[in-house]
Amino acid sequence: MSEKLKRDLRVILLAAAVFFALLIAEKSGHFDAVFENRWVKIVLYMIPFLIAGHKVLWKALLGIKNLQMFDESFLMTIASIGAFVTGECEEAAAVMLFYQVGEWFQSYAVGKSRGSITALMDIVPEYANVEAEDGTITTVDPDDVEPGDVLIIKPGERIPVDAEVISGESLINTAALTGESVPRRASAGSQIISGCVNGEGLLKVRALKCYDDSTVARILELVENASEKKSRTENFITRFAKVYTPLVVAAALILAIIPSIVTGQASVWIYRACTFLVISCPCALVISVPLAFFGGIGASSRDGVLVKGSNYLELLADLSCVVSDKTGTLTEGNFRVSALECAEGVSEEELLRAAAAAEGLSTHPIAVSIREAYAEKDGRELPRLLDTENISGKGLSAATEEGRILVGNALLMRENGIEPVPVNDEAATVSYVAKDGRYLGAVLIRDTVKRGAAEAIRAIKDAGVSRFVMLTGDRESTARAVAGELGITECFAELLPADKVEKTEALLAEEKNGTLAFIGDGINDAPVLMRADVGIAMGSLGSDAAIEAADVVIMDDDIARLPLVIRIAGKTVRIAKENIVFALVVKVLILILGALGAANMWAAVFADVGVAVLCILNSMRLLVAGRTFL
Amino acid sequence: MKKKYACEIDCANCAAKVEDAIKKIDGVQDVKVNFMMQKFTLEADDGRFDEILDEAIRVGKKVEPDFSVKK
Repeated sequence: MSEKLKRDLRVILLAAAVFFALLIAEKSGHFDAVFENRWVKIVLYMIPFLIAGHKVLWKALLGIKNLQMFDESFLMTIASIGAFVTGECEEAAAVMLFYQVGEWFQSYAVGKSRGSITALMDIVPEYANVEAEDGTITTVDPDDVEPGDVLIIKPGERIPVDAEVISGESLINTAALTGESVPRRASAGSQIISGCVNGEGLLKVRALKCYDDSTVARILELVENASEKKSRTENFITRFAKVYTPLVVAAALILAIIPSIVTGQASVWIYRACTFLVISCPCALVISVPLAFFGGIGASSRDGVLVKGSNYLELLADLSCVVSDKTGTLTEGNFRVSALECAEGVSEEELLRAAAAAEGLSTHPIAVSIREAYAEKDGRELPRLLDTENISGKGLSAATEEGRILVGNALLMRENGIEPVPVNDEAATVSYVAKDGRYLGAVLIRDTVKRGAAEAIRAIKDAGVSRFVMLTGDRESTARAVAGELGITECFAELLPADKVEKTEALLAEEKNGTLAFIGDGINDAPVLMRADVGIAMGSLGSDAAIEAADVVIMDDDIARLPLVIRIAGKTVRIAKENIVFALVVKVLILILGALGAANMWAAVFADVGVAVLCILNSMRLLVAGRTFL
Repeated sequence: MKKKYACEIDCANCAAKVEDAIKKIDGVQDVKVNFMMQKFTLEADDGRFDEILDEAIRVGKKVEPDFSVKK
């Protein structure tokens, strides 16, 4: 609790003590002589009224002076003065007192939420150890680190800026940024990200960026700005409050004047008009709706997902179609030898050795995966490569110390008079291998589906998304096989980057009743990310372009975080709506009762303060309850 | 030049009022008062930045007495 809150609380408690003392004295009947005098009574109740409300009165005056008068302070001031005028002194004091209790509670609740968000974002490095050329180490502010500086990161310290490891080895805990609990290994040459915590080893690193451009500063900036991008609901509330308050004041005026003239009972109707004003105060909505969205953004970031604004939470809650990229998003994005189909009498080692030898030093993903598989299996030195010839679209022919090797598709084999044993695996790239005119077998290479991707897609559908579409640049048969494995019914293959945008636009046009999200790894998907209602980038920690283009960033590359965020978004929007409906219904009800004279000032105070407190508590559910609330 | 400060502001509506008032000051390019994060961001002409900052705080306090900036 801040100093200011404590001070305010003392003021409220003092006012409450005086107020209840007076109330008991009056109701006990021992001091009738004193309270019967109207002026004495007014003066007595003025004491708690002024203690609690002097600031409100001052603000109301200031508002009038600045010509921005229609706010809560103004409503409360008019209402309580009206109550004094009609002789309802205790109610006048009560209105001000409880209004202040409500205000105090609001500040407390917002402070609490803010605290839990800053705790979530507890990633700010406090210092950096810079090593000078002569080996001396000085501790400086992360702001003062220049790219190229050599830094020492001791065990348990937070990484101050994005950097590259020069020497040392350690496990880096990225949990604060990604929500991922398994630490990442870092050794010479690996890039490490600011905000993460170094594990047991001492690292010597070279700074790649200054603090302001580092991941940690960018993420903080993002989260801070997120509360500025307002959702439709929030904007609606702001606009609503702007027209609402003057309208209510006008209605109260009419209620005070016209029936008074007609019936001649001025004090009754002025009192009713004041009740009306107290009830109508819009604070419950004005604070609890943004608080709900704020909580939603906080809850998402706790799970390693950055949502760039309240508006995106709203769009996510309405999601009806998720379009996903394949490679890197649903699949690992790296090729591996998945199976070896050896011809009769040929060992797996022999087959791989021939294929690896022919591929030589090629950096093509298929060549790399074959060499890796060979290194795992055998590891003996490969025969020297004398000459290779690439046969476009078919494969290659290589002359090695151990003979002429052919690696390629069935066509290449047949052209060389070799009949391969056909392999049926739609998802794999098949390379047939032959040596000196003898068929050795086939190497199957495929991209593996991410663990948990199928469950994640099911969870996304359970979260209310009716359509899941996969887009890929890969060939049709591979795409179909991956889709089948993941239980995806719609997929479009052989798309160029521009086709992906076009396809997404077509899907956007089809989704009239909901929103569309595109999820991709962010590196080459920027145009699609921008085009979709919600662009979701994943696995892009440290990639500035993706963080820039996307609306939602999944910090690690786990698609399973998406269903969670969709549900958080749904919950947030539901809470905001609950608050709006609840506050309006209670208020309208008591407004009608108040105008008819059936609800007094006490009911009005509940309609204002009570409703506000309940709405705020409702909004705070998202943050306080943690993960288990869903 | 753009600088960010911690600030104190009581409600979202107050923040909007303070923003509106500060925007009208000569030399202010952009200003943000973020109620949720309690952050005050001022973007103003380089040469007169400190002077504009003082003026902004003064104007802000006039509209909303509870507004304060930790420099």
